[in-house]
Amino acid sequence: MAPVQAPSTFKRFVEVGRVVLVNDGPFAGKLAVITEIIDHNRALIDGPTTGVPRQSFPYRNMVLTPYTLAALPRGAGTGAIRKALEKADVAAKWESSSWAKKLAARDQRKKQNDFERFEIGLLKRQRRDLVRKATAKEKKAATA
Amino acid sequence: MARFQEYSVLGRKLPTEADPTPKLYRMRIFAPNEVVAKSRFWYFLRQLKKVKKASGEIVALHAIHEKKPMKVKNFGIWLRYDSRSGTHNMYKEFRELSRAAAVETLYQDMAARHRARFRSVQILRVAEIEKKDDVKRPYIRQLLEPGLKFPLPHRRTRSKAWFAANRPATWA
Repeated sequence: MAPVQAPSTFKRFVEVGRVVLVNDGPFAGKLAVITEIIDHNRALIDGPTTGVPRQSFPYRNMVLTPYTLAALPRGAGTGAIRKALEKADVAAKWESSSWAKKLAARDQRKKQNDFERFEIGLLKRQRRDLVRKATAKEKKAATA
Repeated sequence: MARFQEYSVLGRKLPTEADPTPKLYRMRIFAPNEVVAKSRFWYFLRQLKKVKKASGEIVALHAIHEKKPMKVKNFGIWLRYDSRSGTHNMYKEFRELSRAAAVETLYQDMAARHRARFRSVQILRVAEIEKKDDVKRPYIRQLLEPGLKFPLPHRRTRSKAWFAANRPATWA
């Protein structure tokens, strides 16, 4: 690194120990950890707790998360990564993040069948009805 | 998967009455498949020794697998390359998971920078660089700095659909 540098405005970096979200391929939607930087396009990732096997993976197909495993050595083994992941409690943090919830919701919506979509339509109609009735009541009270 | 595989090819001249046990020659060849590996073996051997395919035989052919395919290594590759105007020797470095992968990137790199085809590139030696100080090329050296980190500044999220409802945001 250069000796003197202005503090970066970036908050997430490609670095050893960075937790990433795999975005493409058979393991899409799973978390993994950067274990070693191969070059400007790829890193070696490993996700022992999520079932992502150790592999070379392009940055193009992953998203950096705000979580890092501090003090993970370069090219750490799968066992060490599993331990570090459990110690940092990344899975729980991820589950409670709004990002993960949004993804889960999107996934659930995608999985619905036609009947379930119909049921939701009904529920939405009921909700609209309640709101309308309440506003009408308020309006009446305001004018009277 | 990978386009290249490393092969160990063992061949010799056909045994004759005058020479019942001809000398064996072994080569480590990078090729996409066994057929090409054997062909390259004969190509190189007939340049080096007085043996050719018509009067010789392949004794053994094995694929060589990477010992540690999940470890990132730095490779130095020495090569000979026929350009449009002459022959050049070169040394290049690659950071890859296996020797075969390094050779694959080498061919891609030679094709990109010099428009060199497979037939005009001969690999002389592929060696792993064990020590960091032995890495000569700055483009590999810069990846070996301790505490290396960098942001991904210009991300483009691609919509799976043909049309996106919103203009993509490329910061963040």
